[in-house]
Amino acid sequence: MRPVLLWAAVVLIIVFCLFPFYWLINVSLKSGADLSSADLLPPAPTLDNYDSIFKNADFTKALRNSAIVTGITTTLALAVGSFAAYALARRRFPLKFLILAVILSISTFPPIAIAAPIFKLWTDWGLYNTYAGLVLPYLAFALPLCIYILTSFFKEIPRELEEAALVDGATYFQAFRKVVLPLAAPGLVTAGLLTAIFVWNEFLLAQTLTSSSDARTVPVAVNNFTGSTRFEIPLGTISAASVVITVPLVVAVIAFQRRIVAGLTAGAVKG
Amino acid sequence: MEAATARARGRPGRRRKRYGQSERRFAAAMVTPSLVVIALVAAYPIGYAIWLSLNQYSVRVAGLSRFVGLDNYTSALSSSEFWSATGTTFLFTVISVTLELVIGLGMALAMHQAFKGRALLRTVVLVPWAILTVVTAITWRTIFEPELGLAPVMLDKLGLPGADTVWLGERGYALAVMIFADVWKTAPFMALLLLAGLQVIPKELHEAAEVDGAGTWQRFRRITLPLLRPAILVALIFRTLDALRIFDLPYVLTKGANGTTTLSVLSYEKFSQDRLLGEGSALAVLTFIVVMAVSFLYIRLVGGNLRTLTEE
Repeated sequence: MRPVLLWAAVVLIIVFCLFPFYWLINVSLKSGADLSSADLLPPAPTLDNYDSIFKNADFTKALRNSAIVTGITTTLALAVGSFAAYALARRRFPLKFLILAVILSISTFPPIAIAAPIFKLWTDWGLYNTYAGLVLPYLAFALPLCIYILTSFFKEIPRELEEAALVDGATYFQAFRKVVLPLAAPGLVTAGLLTAIFVWNEFLLAQTLTSSSDARTVPVAVNNFTGSTRFEIPLGTISAASVVITVPLVVAVIAFQRRIVAGLTAGAVKG
Repeated sequence: MEAATARARGRPGRRRKRYGQSERRFAAAMVTPSLVVIALVAAYPIGYAIWLSLNQYSVRVAGLSRFVGLDNYTSALSSSEFWSATGTTFLFTVISVTLELVIGLGMALAMHQAFKGRALLRTVVLVPWAILTVVTAITWRTIFEPELGLAPVMLDKLGLPGADTVWLGERGYALAVMIFADVWKTAPFMALLLLAGLQVIPKELHEAAEVDGAGTWQRFRRITLPLLRPAILVALIFRTLDALRIFDLPYVLTKGANGTTTLSVLSYEKFSQDRLLGEGSALAVLTFIVVMAVSFLYIRLVGGNLRTLTEE
């Protein structure tokens, strides 16, 4: 490709990817009459909108809920998922292929198919509008991805190391815990990041399974935003809240670009 | 292969039996927690959804229900809202996945060139992917805000049609915004998948073809595209599965108004807003069947991968 064309393409891609989000930041820094103008730069940048969302208890509680649900789900998914992945990658037992195929097919389930029944079950069992009520279905949807990524990572670790440990009298679990797991740290980071991003992002189940700020997560809280009066369009505060909940993800992506791309493409390359 | 070399070294005599007893028990213990979670929170609810879909539930009296067989399905399949939601879902899927493939392929080809700042570009490309779907919807709603959004103002300045349209308030236009938003968020993801595919095509092929006098276009058609086919297929199926399930975008953009009701949104409205648990479940099961048919294709395609992962 000719250099001029290439640079034009690069600039185009950057604008395409960043500009819409820039527009949201731009709107979030406007207030009052400026909100009804389409200026590319806020004429009088102000943090008023940010100020007001952090005074909004529903929003700050939702931030806390999201952090807790994301933390618990990611930790559990990595623990439980790494067990299964190790067995699938390394130990011999029957029906392996079938088990992996079933696990993977879960990741293609439409969440809507389990939303109604889980809503009813959780109401009957007292899990409706609780952290556990969100963590469980998230775990079911996160596990397939974790297991798939971790299985491919465990496969790459040289077999000799754990065989030496086994010969020296280590149990299978010790070989996994002390030898394989530390070596698979990059895989754990990748799987953990993708799980955390999925949970932070999830909307349908959060919308169906929560009813108050006790368990409501950020995507639902931001979508529920209304202005200080019923007739005001809360464009500024909605934008500010959207920026705030997106920042952690953008930071994670910038810091761990390589790991995330590795995870996303794990399933695609060999096809 | 590894087993063969190990045997040559004469070591694992302890693997006389096909599967050692203790190894088998250990593996079962390791796999069980995952399978229990998946059975409890994915498989069981699907079964329960099928049961719910065969019953009619009273809207007024909690817990009151009667078995109605396939009534919910026949009424869904003969309703216009079901077919219109199916049409919307497929129209959205076909247009957005096609655009994502074309734009994603263009981006991947640019990112594949050697230049300074390639790593930076790859990070930039991940930004739309990292943005929450709800925030994506809010962003595009803001951009198409009548009169003061970026899009109407730009269209007005350029003298193009559509400046005075309330985009999210009109059929067709609302679906277009939904497609813009989806393409923006996921074309970069498509690009990364395709870039990974491009990177495994041997450079020598291109060099040899160039020596033989093949032009850029010829090399793209005869070398790049055929060798990229597996990556394209997987990316297409990934995206098709997501697009068929879409809920967040239409729900946040328009609550499904103005011709943006997808199958997921319709089912949600039935069981959540109208409290019609039976009808909603029937729609959810129908969505499930459509998606699983596509995912069956996906599993078959990556089946080779699964075998490599599980072989000894």
